[in-house]
Amino acid sequence: MAASILRRSLLTPRCRAGDVAALHSGPSRRRAQAPGPIASGRRAANSPAGERGVAPWVAVVGLEIHAQISSNSKLFSGSQVQFAAPPNSLVSFFDASLPGTLPALNRRCVEAAVMTGLALNCSINKKSLFDRKHYFYADLPAGYQITQQRLPVAVNGSLSYSLCVGRKKNQMVTRTVRIKQIQLEQDSGKSLHDDIRSQTLIDLNRAGVGLMEVVMEPEMSSGEEAAAAVRELQLILQTLGSSQAIMAEGQLRVDANVSVHHPGEAYGVRTEVKNINSARFLARAIDYEIQRQIKELENGGTVMNETRAFDFKLGCTIPMRDKEGKQDYRFMPEPNLPPLILYDTKSLPANTNHQQVVNIDWIRERLPDLPSVRRVKLVEQYGILPEHSFTLLNEDGLMEFFESVVRQTQMNPKKVIGWILNDMLGYLKQHNLKVKESPVSSLFLADLLNLLERGTISSSAAKQVLEELWKGEGKTPLQIVKEKKLELIQDQQELEQICQAVMEGHQEEVMEIKKGNQKVLNKLIGLVQRTTRGRVDPVLVKQILEKRLSQ
Amino acid sequence: MRKSGGGRMWILRFGRYIRGAPSGGASYWGGLSPGRRFTQAAAGGSDGRQDAAGDPRRRGRVYQNPTWQHVEQRPLPEKKVTVEVFDHLERLALVDFRNWEGVQRLEKAIQFADQLHAVNTEGVEPMDSVLEDRCLYLREDNITEGNCSEELLRNARETVEEYFIAPPGNIPLPKLEERDTFLQVSE
Repeated sequence: MAASILRRSLLTPRCRAGDVAALHSGPSRRRAQAPGPIASGRRAANSPAGERGVAPWVAVVGLEIHAQISSNSKLFSGSQVQFAAPPNSLVSFFDASLPGTLPALNRRCVEAAVMTGLALNCSINKKSLFDRKHYFYADLPAGYQITQQRLPVAVNGSLSYSLCVGRKKNQMVTRTVRIKQIQLEQDSGKSLHDDIRSQTLIDLNRAGVGLMEVVMEPEMSSGEEAAAAVRELQLILQTLGSSQAIMAEGQLRVDANVSVHHPGEAYGVRTEVKNINSARFLARAIDYEIQRQIKELENGGTVMNETRAFDFKLGCTIPMRDKEGKQDYRFMPEPNLPPLILYDTKSLPANTNHQQVVNIDWIRERLPDLPSVRRVKLVEQYGILPEHSFTLLNEDGLMEFFESVVRQTQMNPKKVIGWILNDMLGYLKQHNLKVKESPVSSLFLADLLNLLERGTISSSAAKQVLEELWKGEGKTPLQIVKEKKLELIQDQQELEQICQAVMEGHQEEVMEIKKGNQKVLNKLIGLVQRTTRGRVDPVLVKQILEKRLSQ
Repeated sequence: MRKSGGGRMWILRFGRYIRGAPSGGASYWGGLSPGRRFTQAAAGGSDGRQDAAGDPRRRGRVYQNPTWQHVEQRPLPEKKVTVEVFDHLERLALVDFRNWEGVQRLEKAIQFADQLHAVNTEGVEPMDSVLEDRCLYLREDNITEGNCSEELLRNARETVEEYFIAPPGNIPLPKLEERDTFLQVSE
């Protein structure tokens, strides 16, 4: 009840409630400053030259991703991790930072971080240290966050992602972005702002939950690349099981650092964009911010080093607060936690308690197949195109659906994939359904495709049957075919009769064909199809017509 | 006659008060004859801290000569802390350098800590925790705590429907010019 009159805070510790400044820069930002010297040569990654003949701009995008670790209990305490629960019911004394409490590290969180580090090709630091990052905010009861700033768990990795380029978006290219580090840290609580009563309500259920912060190098140059990278990371995390990575539930939070500069010059001033709730909004927010910065600089202004929030309703970024100087976090080593030592099979001392030891090699052996590997396997196993396997893995559950259909049908997987991606996926998107909510089960689709393959029905009839199946009334494809009498006419005599009738009814066209215009033949075939309501095999009809016409 | 004070017993033996451990008794003296001055460390003695250097009993355990060196109190460079730094500190740590004495105290503290610069730390790994030899205990991923919202909320002065109440957002300190602090008065 209290929540209905409140608005959710913009989650970050440094934003001020009600601090919404004007969208566009004020008069103080206009200065008589010409843009930089025109660089020679190189084509920019995006943004063509401006109207005034200004040199092309290059955008630099770096991402900081916080992924909530999927575990039963929190990082340093034994309270439960759950998304929706009564306020402050999942809070232990340590999470509320009552005096005298100490952190106890959760083994599962360490394993999740190591798994993610190995999946992203990082080198795992056998010794990592915990630090305190101090800042004041009401949802951080201790006044500091335990994180790993000096020596994180994993460093120097890479993430490969594919995206569609080209005007028709049909060329898949693979790009790589380097991962600077992956570290373990604590989450803060949630604050709900009540502007009417000028107060903030604090819920500490989320305080202390384990997060993995993935810091990427600023090597991307557009919103699309960033969205593709985040999507790939999401798939990897979901495959590993280290995080469920649902952006809508706040399990995956992305902050983007955006700056623009001319190629060949030094990097521009960067701004940080926060409050992004989905991968699509991420692309939009970054693109908006790039355009805003370009416009600002082309008009002679400067870009301020600030934090901006993305307002998805307006589709723009709004300044959150001015960073006058850098925030001083006063990092210090966490005095209550010794260094975290990880072992591999070589360095594992004998007679150790297995519960107290995290073995990197043990985890590496048990890593599941990553999405990139699964895509390659799909292409090899079924002979489908890489773009198809990309789409299959992109949709939750679609790959399993496809594989189950292929198992139950005799049709070639290359044809099945067409049905899955064009028809099934089209219907799902139209009705905004997930694969598991599909009214058409894989069994029904397999039956339908079998009927098609055996020649019982034509492909246009099959599409009609699919439409009928989509209503989800529980009828099998065979029943629908019988009801609507969609079987192909197999009887040769009947076919010949129908063709004869059509030819007699359209003497003009027959004349045309006899003169040599073959294209009219297709019209006759179409007419035959229409009379029989799609129950004829076009190939057969063509044969019969040609035979008759040549008589 | 026995007097006891401060954990040590003064035992009268042979006309002389001799310091002994609280666990006094015939066994304490071992097999040594009472008249001889002890020149070796006695078994079972507990506190020799205060008379270490001089007490002949302890001669074997504690260095006779100090191993530390006296550092000359060179007049270290007087680092004046600027007003901007004070403002920054006040903002960060929410302290109030109320008057000149507060500022002086900070400067003296900095000077005191600066003595560390006299130590040569070349080639020495920095120590970041006294726990560096300890094993970090890894806890199993089980739910063992929580569900004590009533107890926690009792600590707060104001609560609303099981939420803690806090002031709205982060209200930063007003800028130095607008603040009523002695810093701008004096500098």
